[in-house]
Amino acid sequence: MATRFQRALVVGASSGIGRAVAQQLAASGCQVACVARRAESLGEGTRCYSHDVTHYAEIPALFQQICQDLGGLDLIVFAAGVMPAVGPDEFDFAKDQQMVEVNISGATAWLNEAAQRFGTAGLGTIVGIGSVAGDRGRAPKPVYGATKAYLDCYLESLRNRLGPKGVKVVTIKPGPTDTPMAVDHVGKKTPVDEAARQILAAAETSGGIVYVPGILKHVFAIIRALPSPIMQKLKK
Amino acid sequence: MTLLPKDHIETVSAWGMNTHTTGYVFRPTTIDGIKDAFALAREHNRTVALRGSGCSYGDASLGSENIVLDITRMNRILSWDPVKGIAECEPGVTIKQLWQYTLGDGWWPYVVSGTMFPTLAGAAAMNIHGKNNFRVGTIGDHILEFDLLLTSGELRTCNREQNAELFHAAIGGFGMLGVFTRIKIELKKVYSGHLRVTPIGVKSWREMFAQFEKHLPDSDYLVGWIDCFGAGAQNGRGQIHRADYLKQGEDPIPAQTLKVDHQELPDTLFGLLPKSIMHKFIRPFTNNLGMRLINFLKYLSSVTVTDGKVHDVTHAGFAFLLDYVPGWKYAYLPGGLIQYQSFIPKAHAEKCFADQLTLCQQRGIVPYLGVFKRHRTDPFLMTHSVDGYSLALDFKLTKNNRAKVWALAAELDALVKAAGGRFYFAKDSTLHPSRLQEYLAEERVQRFLTLKRELDPENLLQTDLYRRIFAPTAK
Repeated sequence: MATRFQRALVVGASSGIGRAVAQQLAASGCQVACVARRAESLGEGTRCYSHDVTHYAEIPALFQQICQDLGGLDLIVFAAGVMPAVGPDEFDFAKDQQMVEVNISGATAWLNEAAQRFGTAGLGTIVGIGSVAGDRGRAPKPVYGATKAYLDCYLESLRNRLGPKGVKVVTIKPGPTDTPMAVDHVGKKTPVDEAARQILAAAETSGGIVYVPGILKHVFAIIRALPSPIMQKLKK
Repeated sequence: MTLLPKDHIETVSAWGMNTHTTGYVFRPTTIDGIKDAFALAREHNRTVALRGSGCSYGDASLGSENIVLDITRMNRILSWDPVKGIAECEPGVTIKQLWQYTLGDGWWPYVVSGTMFPTLAGAAAMNIHGKNNFRVGTIGDHILEFDLLLTSGELRTCNREQNAELFHAAIGGFGMLGVFTRIKIELKKVYSGHLRVTPIGVKSWREMFAQFEKHLPDSDYLVGWIDCFGAGAQNGRGQIHRADYLKQGEDPIPAQTLKVDHQELPDTLFGLLPKSIMHKFIRPFTNNLGMRLINFLKYLSSVTVTDGKVHDVTHAGFAFLLDYVPGWKYAYLPGGLIQYQSFIPKAHAEKCFADQLTLCQQRGIVPYLGVFKRHRTDPFLMTHSVDGYSLALDFKLTKNNRAKVWALAAELDALVKAAGGRFYFAKDSTLHPSRLQEYLAEERVQRFLTLKRELDPENLLQTDLYRRIFAPTAK
């Protein structure tokens, strides 16, 4: 698919959705900066930057460097995220802190840079990979869901701040997707390439909240409306 | 690692709105401020792109992700001699500022562009020409002296005797050798605020060239408008505007017509339509059908009602056609436009231009505006001018036609090359590095690059245009 993006930055590009998005962007002729802990080349049109998103102090300089290397920036996709396995009776603060550091602080540190730059320049597209898990506080994943709820609210604020300046902010809420993160998930999963295709299509056309696959929009409209007593009875 | 100041980030666009970049923009008011920007660039391993009013159609004043040094705030007229007609200006003084300052004393710039907003530094760096290029040369021919700030911090005064080589290379040097910090320029004595204008309708390239040749010996300005939709025997149809200065005594009250107020462009069309909103009315016509119609109607009037109707027009009204409908270029949004201008030696010009338009028509990408001028050679190293003619073609860009327009430009380049023609950096968006040395002799390019290595050994001064065309050559 040809996109109008010519220079893109993907944070969390070494696996899962981030990797597929980076590959599809590169295949469309876009120059892609791939940021990941495991710096590994994704082929022609991509550059790799080894970086752990919890090393917050590195981010402003690395962001400027990447913009210089690419010769500009049209799109940032924040796809880094962790979801360690959490047992039904487990309240492990170390795991929770890790999710907060990557999914919340990492996202904020990177997207703040992009938001400031795009807002000043009056152009650009910001895409954050949230999750349907952020729509309700469900029993299995208290902190993972909360980090994605944070991202939802944070991106909505960015959209309200930057939309009038000409910047597009897109919140992606994938359901179960066939990635290493969801390896334990049983049931239907969206193929990761299809998810990436829908994400890029959304980045190009819409601004706002986009469920992947699209049908989940209606499913979660219902789930968001469920009263708490019913939520307590749901197993997942 | 320290950061470049984020609050200096701005979107920096080509005048044709065909390219939008992001740069760190600095607007110094002093020479020390320029040096500070150089120091900042060194510290952060960035380059510096010099920018005036940003009136180049393409990437000549863009510096993506680098420092963009905008000199428009250095805009004082330092001295003015109303007896000799000589002005000394800071680099950011615009053509508008200059003529509005001097016209009351009876002086008009020898060379102005089609818009009055360029700065003198930008005009000198591009060595701009006007509709009188054939008679008075380029703006560089009327610059007497300038100071050039080198990236080393040295200020070098250049004129035709002192540093003559640099004088002839920095003018037309597209901002690659140093920063103009003072420009001394001579103006032309005029005896009226009016020009006497004669419109001449022409039905083909043959008539266009014949009329130009006929009027060249005794006219002060000549410009041709081409209806690019004219095909076959009507290829080259359009209208010539000849303009002449009024001689001393011809204008009964020059004190009146030389007033700046008298030169003001009218703010309405037909005394009714506010021009500030005209681009919104033009917009529905910026497509092949609409433009074919508008061009045809203009052509029709040029060979009928307006043909030969001599009338007097103010200097500003004749010179600054691009400013006549403010914001007209916005009718080309969202894709913007590029201009393709080639300069062809006179022996081959007629055939080359006819072939160019035929090719455009065959490819289905017809320029919405064509402008035709006569030129002469000049002594500047990187000159675009030839003893011949130029044709400037405006192409509308859309989301889907970019690649096609670039491919067409490459085909047009082949015609230009075969005719021994040249290009002009102020207009260029499409030139490929491999074609640079085909039009500027290899020896000239090498002399220029040698000079650049000597004066700017760190290669600090770079624009996107320089990187596009020269960087592969320079390596």
